[in-house]
Amino acid sequence: MISNKWPEGVHQLMGEADVRQINYVPDAGLSSLIQLVEADDAIAATVCTSEEEGVAISCGAWLGGQRSVVLMQSSGVGNCINMLSLPILTRSPLVMLVTMRGEWAEFNPWQVPMSRATEPVLQAIGVETIRVERPDEVVPTVRQAMSMAYNADQQVAVLLSQRLLGEKTW
Amino acid sequence: MVTDPDPLDRRAAVAELLSGRGDALVVTGLGSPTYDVHAVGDNHANYYLWGAMGGAALVGLGLALAQPDRRVIVVTGDGEQLMAAGALATIGVAAPINLDICVLDNGRYGETGMQTSHTADGVDLASMASACGFVDATVVTDPASLSDIANNLAVTKAAGPRMVVVKISADSPERSLPSRDAVFIKNRFRAHLGLAPN
Repeated sequence: MISNKWPEGVHQLMGEADVRQINYVPDAGLSSLIQLVEADDAIAATVCTSEEEGVAISCGAWLGGQRSVVLMQSSGVGNCINMLSLPILTRSPLVMLVTMRGEWAEFNPWQVPMSRATEPVLQAIGVETIRVERPDEVVPTVRQAMSMAYNADQQVAVLLSQRLLGEKTW
Repeated sequence: MVTDPDPLDRRAAVAELLSGRGDALVVTGLGSPTYDVHAVGDNHANYYLWGAMGGAALVGLGLALAQPDRRVIVVTGDGEQLMAAGALATIGVAAPINLDICVLDNGRYGETGMQTSHTADGVDLASMASACGFVDATVVTDPASLSDIANNLAVTKAAGPRMVVVKISADSPERSLPSRDAVFIKNRFRAHLGLAPN
């Protein structure tokens, strides 16, 4: 039974899919999932200084026979673009879980430009994007993204909307 | 006045470095390091990068974590590693015990016209690696020290990630080109590890 709380549900999916590496730059919207992953002995969690690192580590993991997921906030997508050549050109599975900023009750204007660019730049380089607007859609969407990546060698970004994550409180 | 010793010939240095590789897996950074490793002899345990600048050491990290019983040797250039300066922190914290980063350092961007890189002006990649927690970070300037390092590379497990910076001369030997077909190289490498193409 998959949990109805999406961080728990996604963590359970990682176990079912035998995901062994998680590479991330933290985001508040990902903090529960990161805690679950860090506490899971079956998963090597690697914190990155910049988001493109996770893309390269993920390709190395696949070369060595392990599945992985890359976690980041939308501003980090901009850092990834050239490194995405690697999974796209090598046709290696890539699952990116991206928490959106800059689109729903955002108070910080500096989050807005990259938020606006996130889907267009991912699509421009050839990454499939799937937006999720409701909490109950997260688990089924991540499950199918994993299937597209691990079974069909695709590069997929699941974008978790800021409305779903809730307004950032200060 | 003390002068630096003559830098090493890059092809001879890479041949010496890899002479004791045993069953190690090798990842190469784009440009001349890819050609240097290919010139030693093509090998199904080699993973050649032709792009994704700044990715070589990190591909090595993911591979090292996935294959803990195999040594992973990344051979890259000073420019490629400088672009991934943050990767040194990431690798230092991840602390794989089976990963070596070998930087061929000529202080130049060789592919683009031999413009000087930061290492030519004193930036020290080995010190950066040490500061990030690499357990060993050595600068090699002479053949005897290179030979010692090469013998050490065969050790499967170290206490943590290691870096060796090999000071090489700024010349451009004839290119030795592996396949540019990224899917072919990936699948050949995975098959070497007994993994299916998918």
